[in-house]
Amino acid sequence: MPTSTSAPPPAAAPATRGGPPTGRRRLARPAVLLLALALLVVAAVLSLAVGSREVPLGTVVEALRGGAAGSQDALVVRELRVPRTLLGIVVGVALGLSGALMQALTRNPLADPGLLGVNSGAAAAMVTAVGVLGLTSRLQLVWAAMLGAAVVAVVVYLLGASGRGGATPVRLALAGTAVSAALYAYTSAQVLLDARTFDRFRFWRVGSLAGHDVAVFWQMLPFFAVGTALALTQARALNALALGEDSGRALGAHLTRTRVLTALAVTLLCGAATAAAGPIAFVGLAVPHLVRALTGPDQRWVLPLSCVAAPTLLLLGDVLGRVVVRPGELEVSIVTALLGAPVLVALVRRRRLAQL
Amino acid sequence: MSAGFATGPAAQASVPVPRTAAAARRGGTLRAGRGRRGLSVRVEGRGLAVCAGLLAALVAVAALSLATGDYPLSVPDVLRTLVGRGEPADEFIVVGLRLPRVVTALLVGLALGMAGAVFQLVTRNPLGSPDVIGFTSGAVTGALVVLLVLGGGSTATALGALSGGALTAALVYLLAARGGVQGYRLILVGIGLSAVLQAANEYLLTRARLEEAQAAQVWILGSLNGRGWEQALPLGAGLAVLVPVALLAGRSLTMLDLGDDAARALGVDVDRTRLLVLAVAVAMTALAAVAAGPIAFVALAAPQVARRLTGAVGAGLVAAGLTGALLLLVSDFAAQRVFAPTQLPVGVMTGAVGGLYMAYLLLTQWRRGRG
Repeated sequence: MPTSTSAPPPAAAPATRGGPPTGRRRLARPAVLLLALALLVVAAVLSLAVGSREVPLGTVVEALRGGAAGSQDALVVRELRVPRTLLGIVVGVALGLSGALMQALTRNPLADPGLLGVNSGAAAAMVTAVGVLGLTSRLQLVWAAMLGAAVVAVVVYLLGASGRGGATPVRLALAGTAVSAALYAYTSAQVLLDARTFDRFRFWRVGSLAGHDVAVFWQMLPFFAVGTALALTQARALNALALGEDSGRALGAHLTRTRVLTALAVTLLCGAATAAAGPIAFVGLAVPHLVRALTGPDQRWVLPLSCVAAPTLLLLGDVLGRVVVRPGELEVSIVTALLGAPVLVALVRRRRLAQL
Repeated sequence: MSAGFATGPAAQASVPVPRTAAAARRGGTLRAGRGRRGLSVRVEGRGLAVCAGLLAALVAVAALSLATGDYPLSVPDVLRTLVGRGEPADEFIVVGLRLPRVVTALLVGLALGMAGAVFQLVTRNPLGSPDVIGFTSGAVTGALVVLLVLGGGSTATALGALSGGALTAALVYLLAARGGVQGYRLILVGIGLSAVLQAANEYLLTRARLEEAQAAQVWILGSLNGRGWEQALPLGAGLAVLVPVALLAGRSLTMLDLGDDAARALGVDVDRTRLLVLAVAVAMTALAAVAAGPIAFVALAAPQVARRLTGAVGAGLVAAGLTGALLLLVSDFAAQRVFAPTQLPVGVMTGAVGGLYMAYLLLTQWRRGRG
């Protein structure tokens, strides 16, 4: 049974003790990261240029520099596509990172970034804001969702951490599931009893990058920035944690601190992403698995690469969604699932699996 | 055929917590048949007590469900009616309307609880449930296509759900099979396929007219409103076949929990056992979904709650099934009465009842340092 790709395959050249298993993989990982970065740039450019109105690249560049003030093209690029692309990048980074963190924290391949209750909290806050408080402005709803996500994540963590052993993976996962289920009941009841809330909710639940004001990007940016910085510092500690609690502690990892900081980063990242774009479940769940199939289980590679691969997938999905059913649009979450799932299945079937 | 009850320290290899000698002595082994081919079942005192308690609670809640409603009856009246000595009006209400609903709730809960326990054992993951193999998302897609695209009735919807779910489960299994299915690969393939189907579901729901989408949403949540004998009887017949098979296979399943290699060493045909129990569990989920829709959370919560109640590791299929039945019965009682006269779909309540109870259970048990 394959347990980890870091075990040297039988046919490999004799690896030096303690070093990475094969020379090929050591060379490949930076190359993979560079390739992913290049893809991200391409995706961002496409996201600026492609849509129901085709804008030539030259005009895009000119519009970004502040020229071509009066033209319709420049207006579309500056007012619609730039905010959308920026939002796509930060939401993608947040989803990829929080998914990788969540899977590392709970050591469970089924853990999606919403497992801490972030998505169910955001959804419950969303239906409360629409159905009970009667809020309608998009910015208000974004903040309501962020607040709900944060409160629920704290409750889940406290529930998971109560007791002697602290927030062990299974306890966290089960606490998140239990609280999410109760909130799901509340959300469903609200939605069933009020058609207007249901209408708003069914579109929110799909998850989309379209139609956001640039203000959403700026107001959520601090959460994304702090969350990303926090996440990237945890790679080493999470590596130690992956060996199990006792070995991790023996290697000098601070269990409680790592868990609290990781959970905090997940809450900030996934909360802000869900608040801004709705629950886009698949990206956070699948990208870490895709990345792990390429790099192996080392978090120092998994985290940065998830950070680049997830926004690439999200932006490409968004661009494709604008093109396939023109002049209509297909929501980004639908396209990313359709794009990403076959890749995931193919990778899982071909490769020796890098388990958590 | 000789049956004997032998007490003694029975070895159970997968116990993670050190047990006291007294606790071990409470267990025993029930044997039927002679020699090595005979059947023996390990029986544990606490597990038995918990199952008995669950059964008692089931009877109590069932009696309460039969007695209350728009037309309240006393419990003795209900009992008299059940044995055929009640008023004709009472008989119509109890036997014609309330009993089939109670029976359906019981059986659906039983099926989901056992199926959940099987999936959690096979994937060795506490988050495992029939969702893992994509059955639920496939069933929803099938039903949505019938409801929103083809515009079929309730029988067609159930059929659509059944074929959608079964197709998805088969596809996930085939894609994950590579000389035997490994739990981890099954989970990842299931994630991928479920994502595609969920995208399709969201697409269908956002493109439909509001009223149609709302009706579809009720089906997705899962409801027991208006269920009669025509749902309860086929469900009961199906489970009468599937439950014994699951219980028999459950013994080898406990050994799978030790890891594939250890199970093979103990003489279990790992791949065949896995395929068999997965097929049984999917069939159970399918029966439940046809009768009541894809009710969330029961399959996930029931085995976890049962495990914490019995303190046992391993299959515990019976306890999980009984817990599921109780969870669904209590949820359906609440769904009918809490917001009366509004009848909520039971799927709303399973999340609330199950989620809150699980949170409470986790909290109290962790305080005591168990878990």
